[in-house]
Amino acid sequence: MVFRYELEGGNFSKAGHASSEIKKTLKQLSVDPRIIKRIVVALYEAEVNVVAHAWKGEVLAEVEANQITLTLRDEGPGIPDIPLAMQEGYSTASPAVRQMGFGAGMGLPNMKKNVDELEIESRVGVGTNVRMVTRFSGE
Amino acid sequence: MKIQQIREFTEAALVCGETNREKEVLSGFASDLMSDVLRLDTGDVLLITGLCNLQTIRTAEMAEVSCILFVRGKKITPEMIELANENRMVLMTTEYSMFRAAGELYLNGLAPVY
Ligand SMILES: Nc1ncnc2c1ncn2[C@@H]1O[C@H](COP(=O)(O)OP(=O)(O)O)[C@@H](O)[C@H]1O
Ligand SMILES: [Mg+2]
Repeated sequence: MVFRYELEGGNFSKAGHASSEIKKTLKQLSVDPRIIKRIVVALYEAEVNVVAHAWKGEVLAEVEANQITLTLRDEGPGIPDIPLAMQEGYSTASPAVRQMGFGAGMGLPNMKKNVDELEIESRVGVGTNVRMVTRFSGE
Repeated sequence: MKIQQIREFTEAALVCGETNREKEVLSGFASDLMSDVLRLDTGDVLLITGLCNLQTIRTAEMAEVSCILFVRGKKITPEMIELANENRMVLMTTEYSMFRAAGELYLNGLAPVY
C-alpha cells in the first residue's frame, strides 16, 4: 500500500495529518504499539520540518508486510551541512516556528532515534529528501 | 492520580473528555517544547503546558499522552477540542502558572517522569 500526503510550508495546521492517518493504518494492521509510536513520532517531526523549513512537500508512505518506508520530499532551501543539522540543539527555526513549540533542534535527532534507517539528501536552494525505514518486527 | 484530583489541586476546569474522567495518570511532565514531549516513553502521563495550539494536541496524539493541563488560562480552540475528542483525550485548564500547577501536583504525590 502506498499513501501520499501533501505539505505546505508555513501551514502548521496540516502538519501531523499524515502521521495521524499512518497511525490509524498501522493500528489496523496490528503493528506493535511501541513500534507505531516510534514511527509516528519520527514522521511527525519530519512533517514539522517540511512545514517549518521548506516551501512545499509531500509524504509518501509505503507500507509492506514487515516494514514501512516513509519518504518526505520537499522544495525548499535545502540543508547546507547535514552533519551539523543532525546535531542536537542546532536550529535555524524562525520565531514563528518556536511559538508552535518546535525549533529546539531536536527534530532530526528524534527522527534518527526512532527509526531503523534514516537517509537525508539535500540540495541547497532546491530541496530535501528524507527517507526513513522501520521494520515491524523490532530491531 | 485521578482527573478529579488534578482538577482540585490546581482549580482546573474540565474542557473535554467528560466520559474519560475516571482516567488516572501515574506521572507528570511539564514542558512547552513539543520535541521534548515526543521523547517521552512512559505511559499514563499528564502533560502540563503553556503551549496552547493544535500542535500541542497533535504532539500528544503521537506521544500517546491522553491528559493535558493547560496553564495560565490559555484559550482552547474548537479545533483543538475536536482533535482531542477524536483521540479520547482529557483537556483541562487552570489559571495557575506552570510552576504552581506542577508544584501543587508534585506536593500532592504526582510522580515526575524523570
Ligand atoms: N526539510 C528541511 N529543509 C531545510 N532545512 C531543514 C529541513 N529539515 C531540517 N532542516 C535544518 O536542520 C535544522 C535542524 O532540524 P531539527 O533537528 O528538526 O531542528 P528544528 O526543526 O527544531 O530546527 C533546522 O533548523 C534547519 O536548519
Ligand atoms: Mg525540526
